[in-house]
Amino acid sequence: MTIELFYWKGCPSYPEAKELLEEVLGERGIEPAVSMREVRTQEEAERLAFPGSPTIRIDGRDVDPAGAESRPALNCRIYHLPDGRVSPVPTREQLEAALS
Amino acid sequence: MTLTLTTEAPPFDLPGVDGRNHSLDDYAEAEALAVVWSCNHCPYVQAWEGRMVELQRELGDRGFRLVAINSNDADSYPEDSFEAMQARAREQGFNFDYVYDEDQSALRAYGAERTPEVFLFDRDRRLVYHGAIDDSRDETQVSERYLRDAIEAVLAGREPSVHETPPVGCTVKWRS
Repeated sequence: MTIELFYWKGCPSYPEAKELLEEVLGERGIEPAVSMREVRTQEEAERLAFPGSPTIRIDGRDVDPAGAESRPALNCRIYHLPDGRVSPVPTREQLEAALS
Repeated sequence: MTLTLTTEAPPFDLPGVDGRNHSLDDYAEAEALAVVWSCNHCPYVQAWEGRMVELQRELGDRGFRLVAINSNDADSYPEDSFEAMQARAREQGFNFDYVYDEDQSALRAYGAERTPEVFLFDRDRRLVYHGAIDDSRDETQVSERYLRDAIEAVLAGREPSVHETPPVGCTVKWRS
């Protein structure tokens, strides 16, 4: 299994996303070998189809497929919570679903 | 360089989403004035903006005013364009002024680094609180209401007990 976390340093949410991801992986007995990939430029964002930080892909699939379609940009990614609020990190449920 | 405590509020005169210009002098009657760096696209702003509306609604009658400034480069971040600001203010029912700092002159004067980032000024327009709105972007997890407490202190003629906290949010988007 390939687990990649793409991040941009201008957005402070990636450590929290990494921590949550490793927690979920640990609960499932998966070695938390997360490949951290920094995105530094708009050109890189476009080449990697990076819709914002953090973006987590498991075996190449985005944990939030709907949000993956957003315009590539160096910004903080928006994740939508079930109750309508927004969050700068994916939900535990999104990560669990992506690992199922 | 970010403003330091007790510094006087730098002037600004910026177009608002209501079609009028808003300057610092327009808030001369306010007992407490919060200048908040903001934008449309940042999830941290989106998580907090409802609380900005609440503060204005609950404390406006007592002389509190909030003005939100968006300085982001809309060429690189079109979600933060003036037209998008107008749409966001309408959709979210903003009850405060939301103004556009297109040339980033206000950004340079205040030295904001994040969105959202609060500068609270007292009656004499001296900076008395700088930083975050509260201690959690998740409103169900808030335990310290920094801005509300600071506003209450100013309205009561007292010094806020907390003057500075680290703002948490997206970086402001400078023009290249």
